Amino acid sequence: MAIIDPRHAAKQLVYERIFRTATLSAAVLVLLILGGVAISLLRGAWPALHHFGFAFVTREIWNPVTDEFGALAPIYGTVVTSLIAMLIAVPTGFGVALFLTELCPPLLKRPIGVAVELLAAVPSIIFGIWGLFVLAPVLQRHVQPWLIEHAQPIPGIDKLFMGPPYGIGVLTAGIVLAIMVLPFIAATMRDVFDTVPAMLKESGYGLGATTWEVIWHVVVPYSRVGVVGGIMLGLGRALGETMAVTFVIGNAHRISSSLLAPGTTISSSIANEFTEAVGALYTSSLIALGLLLFIITFTVIALAQAMLRRLEQRVAA
Amino acid sequence: MNRRAFRKGKNGAFLALSLIATLAGLACLAAILWTLISHGLSGMSLRVFTEMTPPPGSEGGLLNALYGSAMMTLLGILIGSPIGVLAGTYLSEYGRDSRLSTVVRFINDVLLSAPSIIIGLFVYEIVVVTLGHFSAIAGALALAVLAIPVTLRTTEDMLNLVPPGMKDASAALGAYPWRTVVSVLYPAARSGIVTGLLLAIARISGETAPLLFTALNNQFWSTNLNAPMANLPVVIFQFALSPYKEWQDLAWAGALIITASILILSISARVVLALMQVERGSGQ
Repeated sequence: MAIIDPRHAAKQLVYERIFRTATLSAAVLVLLILGGVAISLLRGAWPALHHFGFAFVTREIWNPVTDEFGALAPIYGTVVTSLIAMLIAVPTGFGVALFLTELCPPLLKRPIGVAVELLAAVPSIIFGIWGLFVLAPVLQRHVQPWLIEHAQPIPGIDKLFMGPPYGIGVLTAGIVLAIMVLPFIAATMRDVFDTVPAMLKESGYGLGATTWEVIWHVVVPYSRVGVVGGIMLGLGRALGETMAVTFVIGNAHRISSSLLAPGTTISSSIANEFTEAVGALYTSSLIALGLLLFIITFTVIALAQAMLRRLEQRVAA
Repeated sequence: MNRRAFRKGKNGAFLALSLIATLAGLACLAAILWTLISHGLSGMSLRVFTEMTPPPGSEGGLLNALYGSAMMTLLGILIGSPIGVLAGTYLSEYGRDSRLSTVVRFINDVLLSAPSIIIGLFVYEIVVVTLGHFSAIAGALALAVLAIPVTLRTTEDMLNLVPPGMKDASAALGAYPWRTVVSVLYPAARSGIVTGLLLAIARISGETAPLLFTALNNQFWSTNLNAPMANLPVVIFQFALSPYKEWQDLAWAGALIITASILILSISARVVLALMQVERGSGQ
């Protein structure tokens, strides 16, 4: 039996304190980073916000020559591209999740699941060059002319698909974004669907429901909070995505009713112009755009996390 | 149509749609990989790995960009992952249910999905503005900030998976918590933590947006951490959008290299995790 050496015990206590403090500081550092992001963006954006006031977010003008900047066009582009992305990616992601949880033969479940997750690991710049060199020409030649021709006679819709088919533009950016966020939405929804107790589903089948009826009337209502959380997590990604959009949006600071026209988003404006921005007000305006993006995405992601957490707690209970 | 046939038809239609959605998703992955391989291989040669990035209109390689990317990714991981691992340890072992841990966990999940360009602006404001110039160290710091949430999350999850009996056994022998963590929990969760590191490397090595205004780019060979440094993502961005054939070819070669390395990293992370589960399964 070893004799406890008091000096050894004291040394252990010191190590314990050091280790505990180190882990605690690391945890606190995570909070400090978020705080630091908010403060540094506010500080950088202050000259522009002070100079333009609230009009910064309501004006479309973006003129580096006369030093006049307004964020309306990037905000519009960010919202519209994300909206297009969600319109495509939500039903598709739902379909993928449904297939993986309910339909897929067990043998294929893992490979397909991994393939979807690998799509999420592909860096965004790859989606960008693929979108520019592969997707945009296809859209330009085959899809956009068709859209222009068939939207013509429909009042209201015709405004959305006007003008020459550039290939790049708001619609193309939305489609590339959809492909990018699809794996996130599909993976989250799959995990959420997996939380539904088998008993509930079997009860549905026992009553004679079809697979679709079980999904729509049992699985979805049970996991609703998580489904919405997954969608919003995808939305958060879409709103802040930079490189994929920068390649295919066309970088034009104007608001056009046509989805085929080039536009800009908050993140692609920053990526395209930041290193070339001359003048304090120009740089500050771009940082102010970053601040707007930070506020928007932080709100969306925080809401998404809160919802996913609520589902988790309910499952645990 | 009677009601039964209608319900069956509706069921079949929706299930068919879900199959189509899955096929569409897989087709996108296949299309992207195929484009990368076909374009990337034609731009690939030994010169890619032995020569510097060329001036417009002439041939060259990506050596300085490969070095810069490896260097900044390595530094980013070296700075970011210890913080992530320590913070994950705190959440799992010291403050599991404390108010602080709940907040940190939440903020970490937000940071995990936060746009990387915002992190780039943050580091620009803190480091680049302070130093007065772009630098590799600023790029590495931006990548470190992105690596922290990934390693934190996996470390916490993996430590939570260690059977509580092991912790109790260590405590019963009179070990202080730090000793238990270092000598019992870390070895037990080793493959899980390694998975987290691999995922973090995969995440940061393809990041472009945060490097644009921190590390910037450099056409020449540079090992100076206090100066702008070439890196693969930014070179791809610049070269792909250029009108020069040689540059575009190099961009595709770079894209293939980066995607292949990231996919290999992600797959090995999964293999490590699967091996761990097998190990655990046989141990019980």
